[in-house]
Amino acid sequence: MSDTDTLLYLDGVTVTFDGFRALNALSLVLNEGEMRAVIGPNGAGKTTMMDVITGKTRPDTGKVVFSKGTDLTKLDEPAIASLGIGRKFQKPTVFEPQTVWDNLLLALAGDRGTRFMMFARETADEKRRIESILETTRLTEHRCRRAADLSHGQKQWLEIGMLLAQEPQLLLVDEPVAGMTDAETAQTAVLLREINRTRSVVVVEHDMAFVRALDVKVTVLHEGSVLSEGSIDFVSDDPKVIEVYLGR
Amino acid sequence: MTLDRTSTITLVAVMGAALLLALLNQMTAVGSAAHVPTYMIALAGKYLCFAMLALAVDLVWGFAGILSLGHAAFFALGGYAMGMYLMRQIGTRGVYGNAMLPDFMVFLGWKELPWYWHGFEWFGFAILMAIVVPAALAGVFGWLAFRSRVTGVYLSIITQALTYALLLAFFRNDMGFGGNNGLTDFKDILGFNVQADSTRSALLVISALLLCGQFLLARFVVDSRFGKILIAVRDTESRTRFLGYRPESYKLVVWVLSAVMAGIGGALYVPQVGIINPSEFAPGNSIEAVIWVAVGGRGTLVGAILGAIIVNFGKTWFTGALPEVWLYALGAMFIFVSLFLPRGVMGLFRTRQTKEPEPPAVAAAHEVTG
Repeated sequence: MSDTDTLLYLDGVTVTFDGFRALNALSLVLNEGEMRAVIGPNGAGKTTMMDVITGKTRPDTGKVVFSKGTDLTKLDEPAIASLGIGRKFQKPTVFEPQTVWDNLLLALAGDRGTRFMMFARETADEKRRIESILETTRLTEHRCRRAADLSHGQKQWLEIGMLLAQEPQLLLVDEPVAGMTDAETAQTAVLLREINRTRSVVVVEHDMAFVRALDVKVTVLHEGSVLSEGSIDFVSDDPKVIEVYLGR
Repeated sequence: MTLDRTSTITLVAVMGAALLLALLNQMTAVGSAAHVPTYMIALAGKYLCFAMLALAVDLVWGFAGILSLGHAAFFALGGYAMGMYLMRQIGTRGVYGNAMLPDFMVFLGWKELPWYWHGFEWFGFAILMAIVVPAALAGVFGWLAFRSRVTGVYLSIITQALTYALLLAFFRNDMGFGGNNGLTDFKDILGFNVQADSTRSALLVISALLLCGQFLLARFVVDSRFGKILIAVRDTESRTRFLGYRPESYKLVVWVLSAVMAGIGGALYVPQVGIINPSEFAPGNSIEAVIWVAVGGRGTLVGAILGAIIVNFGKTWFTGALPEVWLYALGAMFIFVSLFLPRGVMGLFRTRQTKEPEPPAVAAAHEVTG
């Protein structure tokens, strides 16, 4: 594997909160165009890992390198977002009082400066981009509704749509199917695979059926470091994983 | 920018009422049934200045979620800038007849005009300072506070401390702003007698014009894409960061703009009430401004204007008829509104107002489908 293929590289990342080691010398390599599922029991460090990558939490030690050698530990959230890393939260976080259309409009990649935003007018190109995302996320007929009025599943999709609008190189998706119906879960798996055709994705998920449906390389976290890595069948047969999941 | 019906009605009502009052004061004989006495003109002018302060508070509180409990500080600073100009205009007509020094400086035995009083003999400079000084204070304060991610009740407490600190500072005679007594005994503004009926009427109309201008500016800001981000910051600040926005920049811009709006309101307030003293910095004043907005309806802009006028009208009436009851009435009004009208007076009109203009998405759909 050559360096140019690596999109995200975590090496020996340690994060402690009041003596508790949320991440313990975690190392992870993600290739360009790859989709990776991250699983692990509660408190394994999945969300903390996302926080470190997106700049919300600074690691005590370790390297976090993105794309062509950018050190993410030196940057804050807006800077990392502008580099092309998008994040979807566990609890859908959309702009509730604003319309689906406006939610996507605000997420569209482009100038984030205050002066530009004060005088910006919707361009034909922006409209086209929003239209296409509405289609991908199956929200076309809900475009004028307030985000607050959407169903839980639709909100999750809107947030994925907002991620797409950012046009990131890497999507970090935290429990996208939590609270979804089986049909919605299946559709979400299809959607993520569609997205993966052009972008790299990291999915954190509890739902094993969903992870199986994604059919990608799986990383199992436990107590802040990697316990096992490989195909879903490989990790589910790994005795270490079985021990952690089923208890001693 | 297109204006919704409520906004248009507000603009027409403010301008119409101000012009009507001014005309009835100027064109009718004193004592005739239609005559509007000059004290009422000054009162109306005062209400409109308070409405500017309320509008400024609503812009930051209603749309950016910054609950400022110190906005009267910006209002008072604008007022002091205008007061300094008016003091310099007194010239030799003061009690001590000193062409250079205002009376209070002669009284304190000062020999020279302090450096920061220079320039205030020019009206344009005073207006510039009424804008620049609140903007500079808001800029420094906001830069420090927003960059450190101070939000919510902590920020409110700091704003309260800010205005209280200024209150104490302006009380001191050494500050050179007239101490406890402040600045008063004004004679004329741009050569017109500040006490004259015609000047009062003109100031009322100018206040109405500036209030309408500020309203249009605020409307433009909240309707722009900038305003949409502001609302997003208000509701989920951290989410905007992960979209690549810097909420602190957005807050700072709107915070400084709001301070300037309050400062202009203060600058117009002083010639109409004839005095500016440190009590304008009193923390209670800022809290009252928040109550006006809450009563009118937070986050509506129109509600801020409405609330400022309604509450101050009530205050004038109460302090005339039942002075000792006023504070209880104000408190009761605030509690009533919080309990029964969470959207303020504007909430009463909301059912009729729900027909919103065609959202951009529908317009876009028309464009696509042809």
